[in-house]
Amino acid sequence: MIGRRQFLLDAAKMAGGVGMLGLGVGLYARQARALPPHAIRPPGALAEGDFPGACVRCGLCVRDCPPKILDLSRAGDGVATGTPYFVARTGPCEMCEDIPCVKACPTGALDSKLTDINKSKMGLAVLVDQETCLNFLGLRCDVCYRVCPLIDKAITLEPQHNERTQKHTRFIPVVHSDKCTGCGKCESACVLETAAIKVFPVALAKGRLGEHYRIGWQETPR
Amino acid sequence: MKTGKYLVLRRISQLGILALFLAGPVAGLWIVKGNLNFSYTLDFLPLTDPYVLAQSLAAGHAPGKKALIGAAIALVFYLLVGGRAYCAWVCPMNLVTDAAAWLRAKLGIRAGAFLSRSTRYWILATTLVLALATGSIAWELVNPVSMLHRGIIYGLGAAWTIVLAVFLFDLFVAKRGWCGHLCPVGAFYSLLGRFAVLRVSAARRAQCNDCMDCYAVCPEPPVITPALKGALRGAAKGIGPVILDRNCTNCGRCIDVCSKDVFEFGTRFGNRASKVSFNLADAKEVS
Repeated sequence: MIGRRQFLLDAAKMAGGVGMLGLGVGLYARQARALPPHAIRPPGALAEGDFPGACVRCGLCVRDCPPKILDLSRAGDGVATGTPYFVARTGPCEMCEDIPCVKACPTGALDSKLTDINKSKMGLAVLVDQETCLNFLGLRCDVCYRVCPLIDKAITLEPQHNERTQKHTRFIPVVHSDKCTGCGKCESACVLETAAIKVFPVALAKGRLGEHYRIGWQETPR
Repeated sequence: MKTGKYLVLRRISQLGILALFLAGPVAGLWIVKGNLNFSYTLDFLPLTDPYVLAQSLAAGHAPGKKALIGAAIALVFYLLVGGRAYCAWVCPMNLVTDAAAWLRAKLGIRAGAFLSRSTRYWILATTLVLALATGSIAWELVNPVSMLHRGIIYGLGAAWTIVLAVFLFDLFVAKRGWCGHLCPVGAFYSLLGRFAVLRVSAARRAQCNDCMDCYAVCPEPPVITPALKGALRGAAKGIGPVILDRNCTNCGRCIDVCSKDVFEFGTRFGNRASKVSFNLADAKEVS
């Protein structure tokens, strides 16, 4: 028999030791919630707050991805260990119509409610660098626009007067967030050394108006 | 210590399961997809690690049907064969820690830190609290067991450092330190072992000559004592010869090494001390 004092001391020792471990893992888990901007989740992935609690890191989505663009994060990759992601620049989502990755997911971390790949929101393309984009320089590159699976919906070309030459038109690629799926075809195809158009997580890319703002020309008369 | 049938069978089981998982990615032979957290065999049989699913539930996620069915199948299976049979017959980390234990014995390393064998249950509880607190399966970020298995199949990355750390910990810091004291996966599976049907029995414990070979080879030595020595505490105590401790991994090493053929595989049922005390009486008559 151990006395009460010894029992309490043993319990305190255990709680102290294991508490240290728990604290370390817990803080690491909070860090790991921040998805690096180059890592894009597969279609149908739950919001990044919910995903790490739902994904069991089995990799079935990776296995069933026909173009093999998905990968499971390895320890030290900077993405939560064992979770699936792809890098748009090197291998964008090919937008399979039957969405096999979502069908493969056993837990619902990839939401089976997503049945139309064109409605997926993997991320949002942003033309981040207007100084190097060839269309901004006045050329007709148009590659991002041409490769977009939702051409003329997710990316449109908006004609603008070219102030430099005073006689030409610039065709400015404009991404529409309500249509863009974040597949990453545009970033992958961008002809520059480093892409001028990049796919980011929606939360990172999108701004939000204050609740009290009214866009007058969109208001419906009461 | 001799090799023995069950050690060979266990290695065949461990490596065979790894080979099944690897046949797809290496040879294009897709029998099993996934890893030990969740696998899908022949596009028909789902198997889920119930421990990972428990963490997912604690994190506040309602898992899909396939994952739930897979966990139910795994639960029933391990309730029958003993939860920690997972540790001895399936888990790839066992190859690492067995190697460390073997080398530790070869090098004659005796010293080590004292760790309570109940530490693993505290860690198990901590991982579930972490899942609840962070809303994520936090332990999977650092779990050496799933990192090793997933790493072998999908690419190891820096996970080899964690596997090496476990090996060195078992070799120098504590004997059977990881599997026997710390691992929360084993702790979870041991909870299923309470009702295990398949069990090792010290059926012929009257023949035991106290050579201690079984204690030396057993990854969880405390589990042996009640079953092997129970009868010697007097008829009133009368503990049966079946090893009922939830932490017995059903590895069968005691059966392999016992020169007196004391141990055998059996079931948990019909575990009475009387049969053996009768044998003891026999033994006294003879002597």
